[in-house]
Amino acid sequence: MLLHLVRRTAILVASLAVSSVVVFGFMVLLPGDPARVALGVNASEEAVGRLRAEFGLDRPLVEQYASWVSGLLRFDLGRSYVSQVEIAPQILHRLQVTLWLVVCAMLVALVIAVPMGTLMAVRHRRPSGFLLSALSQVGVAVPAFLAGILLITVFAVRLGWLPANGWTPPNEDPAQFLRQLVLPVLSLGLVQGAVLTRYVRSSVLDVQREDYIRTARAKGLGPFRALWRHGFRNAAVPVVTVLALQLSTLLIGAVVVERVFVIPGLGSLLLDQVSNRDLVFVQDIVMLLVVAVLLVNFLVDVLYVVIDPRLRAGHS
Amino acid sequence: MTTAAAVAPSPVLEVRGLSVSIGRHDLLHDLTFTVGRGERVGLIGESGSGKSLTSLAVLGLLPEGARATGSVRLAGVTHDVVGASERAMASVRGNDVSMVFQEPMTALNPTMRVGAQVAETILVHAGRGKRPGADRAAVRQRVVALLDQVGLPAPAELARAYPHQLSGGQRQRVVVAIALANDPELLVCDEPTTALDVTVQAKVLDLIVRGVEARRSAMLFITHDLPVVATVCERVLVMYGGRIVEAGPVAEVFTRPRHRYTEGLLGASDLEGARPGKPLTTIPGTVPPAGAFPEGCVFRTRCRHATAECAAPPPWSSADPGHGHACVHPAGGER
Repeated sequence: MLLHLVRRTAILVASLAVSSVVVFGFMVLLPGDPARVALGVNASEEAVGRLRAEFGLDRPLVEQYASWVSGLLRFDLGRSYVSQVEIAPQILHRLQVTLWLVVCAMLVALVIAVPMGTLMAVRHRRPSGFLLSALSQVGVAVPAFLAGILLITVFAVRLGWLPANGWTPPNEDPAQFLRQLVLPVLSLGLVQGAVLTRYVRSSVLDVQREDYIRTARAKGLGPFRALWRHGFRNAAVPVVTVLALQLSTLLIGAVVVERVFVIPGLGSLLLDQVSNRDLVFVQDIVMLLVVAVLLVNFLVDVLYVVIDPRLRAGHS
Repeated sequence: MTTAAAVAPSPVLEVRGLSVSIGRHDLLHDLTFTVGRGERVGLIGESGSGKSLTSLAVLGLLPEGARATGSVRLAGVTHDVVGASERAMASVRGNDVSMVFQEPMTALNPTMRVGAQVAETILVHAGRGKRPGADRAAVRQRVVALLDQVGLPAPAELARAYPHQLSGGQRQRVVVAIALANDPELLVCDEPTTALDVTVQAKVLDLIVRGVEARRSAMLFITHDLPVVATVCERVLVMYGGRIVEAGPVAEVFTRPRHRYTEGLLGASDLEGARPGKPLTTIPGTVPPAGAFPEGCVFRTRCRHATAECAAPPPWSSADPGHGHACVHPAGGER
């Protein structure tokens, strides 16, 4: 168990190091000089040179990288090239918004997928199971932004039940916060839920055929009880893997959905800074997304061990 | 109560006219047999002859899509297993009848401690009928006692182990402990030692036999290992093509087989007759896939004695379904 944790942590640290080099390298390779962009095309070479020195862009790349990483470790993300504001507080502020979206969407996906997928598996030979299966296929085929636009058209424009867009912090007006949260969360969550449903279904189907389910039935457990007591934990391993991938997808999906619903989250911030050519800002946001994805994967690796005792080494 | 029924006890298992089909394929055809109280009956035949399906039918655990007709009655159970509801069968399985499966490596839940898996069998039936309610400490003691009975070392610690920490033989012992936990009237064993090392087979077999003897339980023992049947069972049923082709006391069937299929099986298992340089005796051909058995005598396509007469279903040789054969040209002369 401990060995596993140590090994996973080492892998996490190594992947973080590699990805920081990759992110930094990409930004270096991108054409365009941030100092030139900040000052405009008419600025004198001298002024650009001064700003480059101020940004530290005249230093060797290794030095630049080292100072960026040491800043990251202290959560000092530096200042924007364009607006000169501190980056860390901005990102933190926007992250809160995006996390609401992602976490709620994930919960919606889970609440849909686990019961639906199980039902589909248990009834896979009956018409009801087939119908659910077809329905989830449709869900899989719809991209999140399209689902968002459809939801807005129906529930905001036609029916007028919910606001079409906007964001209110939960501490300002909780009711409005929830009303505005529903559509973006659904457009992210429904699609992910449909995808996850497919995985839950196939996972439960596989587990249903396992010998230990038959053993449980032979003990006197009913089919549902056997599945509940013996199946779900075993079916969870592949589902958790997909869940981790989906969490990453959701972070990326949030970028698009925040645009559709005009939500001031991390995604909107990223797109804004890309169009501002604010390279250090973009670099920090991208790195943060990478860290989030790697952390999720790390947590999933730890979770495997909790779920499946066979992975616990040194247990006898 | 000194009625006639009490003097001649009813059998533990009474199967009458059991047929099972999946889709258009008839997999079991009109099986009729009984297992008496405390009796040990062997069910033999090649793979694909319907032995395992028969055992699952006895527990009402047929695969999805299978359709059963006929009747399967268990002692102490008021309803017929065929057509019984899941709820009705759940209180019977693991309680009145239980089963040891072939594959110990996959029969246990890998994410649950083995002690908990044994305890579950007791807890699931606790409070049902005459059984006492669950008392955690008492159940734990019983689990340890059961694991001890099946010859597992340090049962108290072993109860806390996960299946992957045990060997195949140890896992099968746990499966046996689960099957015997509620002292069932009937234990069904589906090739319980086939997947084990040869050195372990005899030990596990021995503890199964001691387990059923101690409980005076009856046993339906499925195997293709004829010497095992000879040592363990009193009576034997020979299956081929989803039919019982011969039945009788082990001593009689194994020394004077009547059905040509039984004769072939015994010939193929006769290791004493095997000599270097002399080819092993085999039954010609292979078991056809389900649904591809011939009309009439199911064995006639592989039988050297088959004649035109065999195209009609051969009748059972006696009035007793537990003793006889279904062959028109039996070994040891015409009847």
